[in-house]
Amino acid sequence: MTKPKLRFSRKAFAYPYMIFLLLFVVVPLVIVLINAFLGDEGKLTFDNFIEFFSDKGGGMTVLGNSLIIGLVTTLICLVIGYPVAYFLAKYHASNKVFVLLFILPMWVNFLIRTLSTKAIFIALDVKLGMGTVMFGMVYNYLPYMILPLHTTLVSIDHSYIEAAEDLGADRFTVFWKTIVPLSVSGIVSGITMTFIPAISTFAISEILSSSKIFLFGDAINMHFSKTTNSFGVGSVMSLVMLVLVIIANVLVSLTEKKEEVKSAL
Amino acid sequence: MKKKLGRIFADGYLGLVIAFMYLPIFLIIVFSFSGSSRFSFENGFTLESYKAIFTSGAQSENLLSALKYTLILAASASVISTILGTFATIGIYYLNRKVKKITLTVNQLPMINSEVVMAVSLMVFFAAFSFVFPQGLTRLIISHVAFCTPYVVLSILPRLQKMDPNMYEAALDLGSNPFAAIFKVVIPFLMPGIVSGFAMAFTLSLDDFIITQFNKGDTGIETLSTYIYEDARVKSLEPFWFAVFSIFFVVMLTLLLLINIKKNSKKEDKQ
Repeated sequence: MTKPKLRFSRKAFAYPYMIFLLLFVVVPLVIVLINAFLGDEGKLTFDNFIEFFSDKGGGMTVLGNSLIIGLVTTLICLVIGYPVAYFLAKYHASNKVFVLLFILPMWVNFLIRTLSTKAIFIALDVKLGMGTVMFGMVYNYLPYMILPLHTTLVSIDHSYIEAAEDLGADRFTVFWKTIVPLSVSGIVSGITMTFIPAISTFAISEILSSSKIFLFGDAINMHFSKTTNSFGVGSVMSLVMLVLVIIANVLVSLTEKKEEVKSAL
Repeated sequence: MKKKLGRIFADGYLGLVIAFMYLPIFLIIVFSFSGSSRFSFENGFTLESYKAIFTSGAQSENLLSALKYTLILAASASVISTILGTFATIGIYYLNRKVKKITLTVNQLPMINSEVVMAVSLMVFFAAFSFVFPQGLTRLIISHVAFCTPYVVLSILPRLQKMDPNMYEAALDLGSNPFAAIFKVVIPFLMPGIVSGFAMAFTLSLDDFIITQFNKGDTGIETLSTYIYEDARVKSLEPFWFAVFSIFFVVMLTLLLLINIKKNSKKEDKQ
């Protein structure tokens, strides 16, 4: 029975979820952190860090390779994706369904898309290796680059472009000096949305290289599998990944803040 | 004239990228009617691959069970995260500034974090408290709720910010008790955000692979994603999978197009 006089604070509605977040988001990350400092017999140790950073198990090499592959993937996605987002914003902004076609593939299971491309490569007799992995990565992450780019490019106030033109800028200058600087936040968030998943994914590289190419996500996966069972080093690698995620997101929020300041002026 | 040329170039480029994105999907669908996995119509046009979905013995059974678990998981995770997220959003809105900021930052974590790290952290957590969280569906539902709810919260929050706070007060003044005011005034107003949050949660859960793969344990539970990974990764793709993938493509793409077209037309009505 609820009495009409009942006093309660609406804040209370948030408490169950706050407890949920604490339990299933924060505590698990803390456990990973603790695991990174635990040795074989549950003693406090830096061995896991030493093992990873001294590249004994090849962990650093894998990280290096993943960073390079992730960087190249991101660059290719940016080079292909920026014109797409730009042309869509310029000529097709009103045609939402057409724009949607470029985003939709990101909602179709990536395993299915990756396995489909693999089947096609095999049928075409293409040798599975670095080339096919790069293709699969770009194929998978392109929509994640286009989406944020498009969102910022569409929202650019057209009067800035007109002002630049009125002041005598040619089309090339308008593009480089007006449109690109105004879309920096989209570029940064596109890079983050591609780069972070690209270095940490597993399965794409495994499937498209027949397990020859091994990336950071695959390495983390391996350390936590039952057969290897080296949770400590795996935890260190997860922490490294987490640090990269945090750096990326600080960059994103910094560029967003700058733009807020600009628009406030 | 120069302008037109630019437009033609732009459309040509966009067409090329669309072709790149959809060619693999298109090829799989076309050759799902060939009954072969060699991308040739050596057997002519046939529905053999589709028949194989039902007549492949253990493979068919596994596929069906994977489909069942995928739907159970998506349904329960999306319902739970929608309820949890709706109340959470209402509560978060009234938290004081500092606590609100902290809660929203933690809420962002599952969205920005690398999926592998999130999956691993949950796996270690469940292993540490295995006496509380039995292997199987319980763990999977909890982990899916954990990565879906943040999206629910963020799809409802903007709607709540648009609400006139007087609406709730008016309901109270007219003699409603706080709970009734929430259920009869606030929640109906939030409904569009709740529905799109639910749709988002359902799709995310349906699509998930990495978090499920790490947390399914060894109770034999497979979802579509993990079963595809187990079965089709090592072997080359059998005709059977061509048919399954085609159905998946067509269902997902139509569903998403419909949802989004409906959303857009609603937005335009309002403007």
